[in-house]
Amino acid sequence: MPETIGFLKPKQAVLDRRQEIVADLKDLLPKGCLISEERELKPFETDAFLAYRRLPLAVALPETTEQVAAVLKYCSRYGIPVVPRGAGTSLSGGAIPQEDAVVIGLSKMSRILDIDLFNRTATVQAGVTNLNISEAVSGDGFFYAPDPSSQLACTIGGNIGMNSGGAHCLKYGVTTNNLLGVKMVLFDGTVIEVGGKALDAAGYDLLGLVCGSEGQLGIVTEATVRLIAKPEGARPVLFGFASSEAAGACVADVIGAGIIPVAIEFMDKPAIEICEAFAHAGYPLDVEALLIVEVEGSEAEMDTMLQSIIEVARHHGVTTIRECQSALEAALIWKGRKSAFGATGRIADYICMDGTVPLSQLSHVLRKTGEIVAGYGLRVANVFHAGDGNMHPLILYNINDPEDAASAEAAGNDILKLCVDAGGCLTGEHGVGIEKRELMLHQYSRADLDQQMAARAAFDPEWLLNPSKVFPLEGRPAA
Amino acid sequence: MQTNFSPAQLADPRVAESEKILRKCVHCGFCTATCPTYVVLGDELDSPRGRIYLIKEMLENGRAADRETVTHIDRCLSCLSCLTTCPSGVDYMHLVDHARIHIERTYKRPFKDRFARAVLAAVLPYPRRFRFALRAAGVTRPLAGLVKRIPWMKTFGVMLDLAPKTVPPASAGTRPATYAAKGERRGRVAILTGCAQPVLKPEINEAAIRLLTGQGIEVVVSAGEGCCGALVHHMGREEQALEAARRNVDIWLKAADDDGLDAVIITASGCGTTIKDYGHMLRLDPGYAEKAAKVSALAKDITEYLAGLELPQREKRGMTVAYHSACSMQHGQKITTAPKELLKRAGFTVREPAEGHLCCGSAGTYNILQSEISEKLKERKVRNIEATKPDVIATGNIGCITQIATGTALPILHTVELLDWAYGGPRPAGL
Repeated sequence: MPETIGFLKPKQAVLDRRQEIVADLKDLLPKGCLISEERELKPFETDAFLAYRRLPLAVALPETTEQVAAVLKYCSRYGIPVVPRGAGTSLSGGAIPQEDAVVIGLSKMSRILDIDLFNRTATVQAGVTNLNISEAVSGDGFFYAPDPSSQLACTIGGNIGMNSGGAHCLKYGVTTNNLLGVKMVLFDGTVIEVGGKALDAAGYDLLGLVCGSEGQLGIVTEATVRLIAKPEGARPVLFGFASSEAAGACVADVIGAGIIPVAIEFMDKPAIEICEAFAHAGYPLDVEALLIVEVEGSEAEMDTMLQSIIEVARHHGVTTIRECQSALEAALIWKGRKSAFGATGRIADYICMDGTVPLSQLSHVLRKTGEIVAGYGLRVANVFHAGDGNMHPLILYNINDPEDAASAEAAGNDILKLCVDAGGCLTGEHGVGIEKRELMLHQYSRADLDQQMAARAAFDPEWLLNPSKVFPLEGRPAA
Repeated sequence: MQTNFSPAQLADPRVAESEKILRKCVHCGFCTATCPTYVVLGDELDSPRGRIYLIKEMLENGRAADRETVTHIDRCLSCLSCLTTCPSGVDYMHLVDHARIHIERTYKRPFKDRFARAVLAAVLPYPRRFRFALRAAGVTRPLAGLVKRIPWMKTFGVMLDLAPKTVPPASAGTRPATYAAKGERRGRVAILTGCAQPVLKPEINEAAIRLLTGQGIEVVVSAGEGCCGALVHHMGREEQALEAARRNVDIWLKAADDDGLDAVIITASGCGTTIKDYGHMLRLDPGYAEKAAKVSALAKDITEYLAGLELPQREKRGMTVAYHSACSMQHGQKITTAPKELLKRAGFTVREPAEGHLCCGSAGTYNILQSEISEKLKERKVRNIEATKPDVIATGNIGCITQIATGTALPILHTVELLDWAYGGPRPAGL
């Protein structure tokens, strides 16, 4: 495929010293923690944004914060770019390396360090998966709220990098609202602590800056997160509609009426079929669009909220309402929804957009999205966090067909611009990565971007941490 | 994901199949989270996604297998946890089968590995040789520590550790014969005797035959039947595996011709996964493709078959069973509820250990060939099982029984032994 997204030109001086660098890094790490054979580097050349691939110089898999610090210190001393990697589930290419970069993978740092139920916090290493945190405290009646669909595999370090969201963020907020503190290694090897168990911190809100900085300010090795008590009960309810527009308008009116359920998820017909094929959750197959609305609380609270939602839905011509009857059924409904992207692999390759729009624009953007994709001769499946207005059109294509791939990318760009033009933004939770980097100028003015880049440069003046990401390649300050 | 095979490469039906499998992978990474080796080692190269990538590179370039690729494929347990997790339906099982065959054909292992594998392939699938080897192990066990210190003998030291202290005599109750149904005949099945299980625990099939005949099912133990081929299949020794498969297909189809067969019953889920795959394994053999598919359709795990018999509800017996679902049972055959429901119906209290999806580290010959990773998985498994505070552990696979038994003082039985007891059979030994 002709690549439309560029990478920074590899530094020849670094490439020339490859063998020396590998030998030095081997000395800094325990046995088996440095990968340098070309064949073994290949599987690290991409993440879940797999149309783009770059072989890294080496992959380091440190086991401790000290080892991360040692590798970073070495790389900063010799001007070697570094790309951090969690579980490699990024949909925007956030973990894709480059030829002159050392990948620092946190997958060996997967221990839960402290669970403090009294203060409702958990402190974990960065390579712990999102779901592992909830599983560790589930028996005690707690959970960690942000739940990206990839929560089974994605790591808390990656969640912090991308400020990840998830279905239940409508009520509980995204990563930044649930993160209390981090231990982070700066590029020169200095280890700093930001935030902690107590709410808020004196001085600047550096934690707010770190969360969502896509691995460009430092490498987070430990995180302290907020735990939340499980509700008394939770019930997903399925609402079927005869059109996507009707479902979209219903969402806008529910939120507009001041009703905030835990989650409102949207699936159109293609997405319903894809998810049903994997999860056998019993989604209605005779509707054009489906909303999964989850309410929680006591039976009475759930009933009351549900009644108000049903009223709004009736107004929008809801055709099917199905209340989930058992915990098993609820689990399957969520399993299907959360596996939607992967399950799409059953029928096609895809790229997944992440634009977020004001709810009043939802129906309009849904319709236009369909037109844009059809205009490129491709198909689209929509499955997304409707309550947040965080849209995920999956553009279906054939990755083995270069023309198809180019069309898919072009359609994706048009959709993201549409979201921005509708008053929304490029990314709700997947991050900018390489995917949306050049579109940042559609979202921000030069002055806006310059200020963001200045903040970045305060941490990494040489621009060596995950350098090909987030900011357009043109117009960067000369490092 | 993107693939790059030439039309000439795709003319090979195996490559064409693998290409289709690879095309389904969207690199989402879900599989990494439930892969036992990734969970233990934390290296993507030892995860399904990493292995898929390594296999893709090897096959696309049509090159001989290399040391690095072999290392990571060898570390795969073939537990198929990834198969359960994968939302896109990537058929990892057949992809890794293809990779193993390719490795066996194109890669020359170091002498000690070749020697150990040759010995395993020549002994394990043959009950007489295996029984003899176990008796010999009984004599040489005191030497295990010494043997393990000799690098090329290390594998044999591990085998000595795993060998049971006593070897039961060959069982009279499972000899080739037709075992008549008690009362009115409701059905007729063949049962796999297999290879290692009748040597290690003949009481499993004794219990199965007793329970089935007691429920009005005639049971055929065919003469000449033997190892299902799984052990060598997982080593990439395709010809030896296919030979075993053809032999069993012929024998069971003959039994079916004689007086009909409702099922071929398997009491070791590892074997069940393979026999259910005979149709696929022999798909390129015009003389056997159809016959093998027939046998695969007949193959049923003992619990799968019993679930259809509607056994009566028994009184609670105040005994807590930790049910360990073998990977070949839950991931390979997708049998998840039947064994637990049967145990509950039989009056047992059933507990499910945490991390039930993770392998115990047995995995055929894995605990012998990859003993370090296997040992870690065993410890983790035993810890989770013991946390449920059971009286007994039940599982449906001889490999898991042997493996877990070396890590805990709790008794461990095949599910069918407990069921047989509940429905009139003798109290299982070891309880």
